[in-house]
Amino acid sequence: MVHGKLAWRVGRLAEVRDETPTARTLVLDVPGWPGHLAGQHVDIRLTAEDGYSTTRTYSLASPSDGERVAITVQRVPGGEVSPFLTEVFAVGDPVELRGPVGGWFVWRPAAPDPVLLVAGGAGIVPLMAMIRARRQAGSRAPFKLLYSVRTPEDVYYADELRRPEPGLDVTFCYTRKGPDGWPGEPHRIGVADVNTAGWPAEFGPQCFVCGPTGFVEAVANILVALGHDARRVKTERFGPSGS
Amino acid sequence: MGIVTPGFRGRARSDDERLPPGQYLVEDFPVLSAGPTPRVRTENWRFTVTTEAGRVHEWSWADLMALPAETPTVDIHCVTRWSKLDTSWRGVSLDTLLADVDTAADYAMVSTHGGYTTNLPLEDLLDGQAWIAYEFDGEELPSEHGGPARLLVPHLYFWKSAKWVKGLRLMLDDEPGFWEAAGYHDYGDPWREQRYQGD
Repeated sequence: MVHGKLAWRVGRLAEVRDETPTARTLVLDVPGWPGHLAGQHVDIRLTAEDGYSTTRTYSLASPSDGERVAITVQRVPGGEVSPFLTEVFAVGDPVELRGPVGGWFVWRPAAPDPVLLVAGGAGIVPLMAMIRARRQAGSRAPFKLLYSVRTPEDVYYADELRRPEPGLDVTFCYTRKGPDGWPGEPHRIGVADVNTAGWPAEFGPQCFVCGPTGFVEAVANILVALGHDARRVKTERFGPSGS
Repeated sequence: MGIVTPGFRGRARSDDERLPPGQYLVEDFPVLSAGPTPRVRTENWRFTVTTEAGRVHEWSWADLMALPAETPTVDIHCVTRWSKLDTSWRGVSLDTLLADVDTAADYAMVSTHGGYTTNLPLEDLLDGQAWIAYEFDGEELPSEHGGPARLLVPHLYFWKSAKWVKGLRLMLDDEPGFWEAAGYHDYGDPWREQRYQGD
């Protein structure tokens, strides 16, 4: 694979959407953006007036769409960057970006295999990009999403995920409080959830697991225990220090 | 200096000379990997060095334990921007393992249980710069951090310190490993901020 140098580009905030009371989607216009695959990241560099700068990496929330790039930022109290991006950063303001970054945790629209997506909390972001890329490409690859969140109020992209979509099955798992009428007790994802909401290992699905480290460890272990080929299980972990 | 983003002030400036550019300190030990954590039993563990001539040198777990151990205390720097200072390890120096290996190679491809590979110059594995580490902080190395044994090359970004290390293939010519083919830098010096290809 040949890679050129990843150039810093100046983007401007074009639009915001609040996903939850603490998470905001930022849509940026980035002239010269080279395009990307669902699952890839972007580096965002913020510079203060005295020249101090700091960079964070975010998963892209949408598939390639010309010079538009979307990320969803979870506000982490006390964080250096996420409170700024979710509360202060305003439409029209500039920021530097470079990417796309990462060539492993990606879904390619030409792939016909069934796909299992397992999200823990904010780990939904790159998986949502895959769901949107499937829709954008008119792919008929069958998708299943198992999405673990604390409460219904913590669901990102809630309206979009609750809208029926042929070939996409969505299952929610609530760890603290379920919606009214949700069967069962709140719990962390276990073998039964993955077995019921996922594909049989014999179908050879591509599995993408994204969330906090403990969540990813648990789900990846379950998938391997259920007979999935470890090489078909791609993981991405949100460390506790990604604020 | 980059474009100023209005209203961004940032945290108190760190002037810690041990922190490479673009890194921030953590107290915990985050995990970065691309797939499920392999469970490798020490009774089945082998470490091999294969030379460019095809000669294979092999060590069992018992062989490794019988070699003189060192206890490096080092700073580690992850390409995902966290750094952790003064981490303490126990392991066997690559100088010890490679002492009797006859090679003219300039590069090594590190292979792991789990199938991931990473490449680096052989000289970066020598002269007290690299270990096969099996203890962290006085405890057995947990599998999510690469146990039973991982490569430790702390002067490069931490993905070069391959978890669940299985072997080295010595090469006359450089070739990219798994992470490098996925867009990460061929060498990965944190002090020169060599994160991605072309940096």
